[in-house]
Amino acid sequence: MLRIVHYINQFFAGLGGEEKADLKPDVRSGPVGPGRLLQSLLQGKGEVVATLICGDTYFAEQPEESCRRLADLLFTLKADLILAGPAFASGRYGFACGEVARMALQELKIPAVAAIHHENPGAQAATAGAYIVPCGSSAASMKEALPSLLALGIKLAGGSAVSPDVDGYLPRGIRKNVTAELPAAVRAVNMLLAKIAGHPFTSEIPLPQFDRVPPAPPIPHSREATIALVTESGLVPAGNPDRIESSRASHFARYSIDGLQAFTPGKFESVHGGYSTDLANADPNRLVPLDVARRLEKAGRIARLYDYYFTTVGNGTSVQKAQAFAREIASEMRRSGVQAAILTAT
Amino acid sequence: MAKELEREGIPTALLCNIVPIALTVGANRVVPTRGIQYPTGDPSLPREQEEAWRERLLLTALEALETPVDGPTVFPPDSSRLE
Repeated sequence: MLRIVHYINQFFAGLGGEEKADLKPDVRSGPVGPGRLLQSLLQGKGEVVATLICGDTYFAEQPEESCRRLADLLFTLKADLILAGPAFASGRYGFACGEVARMALQELKIPAVAAIHHENPGAQAATAGAYIVPCGSSAASMKEALPSLLALGIKLAGGSAVSPDVDGYLPRGIRKNVTAELPAAVRAVNMLLAKIAGHPFTSEIPLPQFDRVPPAPPIPHSREATIALVTESGLVPAGNPDRIESSRASHFARYSIDGLQAFTPGKFESVHGGYSTDLANADPNRLVPLDVARRLEKAGRIARLYDYYFTTVGNGTSVQKAQAFAREIASEMRRSGVQAAILTAT
Repeated sequence: MAKELEREGIPTALLCNIVPIALTVGANRVVPTRGIQYPTGDPSLPREQEEAWRERLLLTALEALETPVDGPTVFPPDSSRLE
């Protein structure tokens, strides 16, 4: 009987939301939350013997310590297979699932798979060291995500050969030697003929898809620069006048800080739905450092702070949206003579 | 967003906690912070020390903005030369 250990976060364990996101790694016997569905899909082929649970913030803030504790917990469980998630588009959860799968496979040599949305940075971070099956962006796709997570896991645990093409996981960048039927010259010419004829063909050397941005040139000195404050932490004036969504934000806003020496609790608040905002609301300068930036401006270390700060919520917000926000923000910056930005992220 | 601002020619210091993600995604000027819920704070400190920490972060960010980089680079706030 295949012994499966399942990794989930505090939310899917039913322990709580953001207020419980700092929970330390813990273990429960048997399936919990989505693990119950996994168990029913197994139909006697295995058993979810235990569930590992960790708070998303706890994990993201100390990934190495978390992995160590989880590895200790795994030690006595004699798992044949580790499954993590699905994490969907959740940033911290995706990071945790990817890291847990990587740790299990690389350090404990136990087959492991995580299900993460392909755009989730956690998936990209882990692909080289772990098996990641892509899934939808929200828990609405749970029923589709679990079977593919399980199918690859069972295959790996059984020692079968797997490949990204057949099994659907994100390519890990590993090159395997195979014997081709035709010599390279013939394959290359065939490919070229197909290309000329407008027929489909597949390159044998996929180009890397890193979206690297050439760094912007530095400013000569901040003593001579106008600098703008930007945030994805969801800091808005109390009452959220522009109704920025707490997740999947559809827009950003800019608010005047002209004459403001600091953000006052009660007058500004965070509407971000992806972390516990109590500490930030007690002192919003913890999200956007207006108080100290003003002091540096007075001291001449910054020539001028731009009169507005830009804000949105980076919680399940698509890459495409975030790019569009930033392009619009950049064009206002250029129009207004802003030379550099300080962007705070939660 | 940090990448896109840089693409548009605005040097951008990204203050965030999950540094491996910032580097994987390709942010060019990264300043590591102490917690997800408070990028420019540290609630474990008394107020005065917290503000000193915030100042250190900001000075590191300014240093990052003044430094030429050729790819994703981390500017640790604890070891930077501060004025």
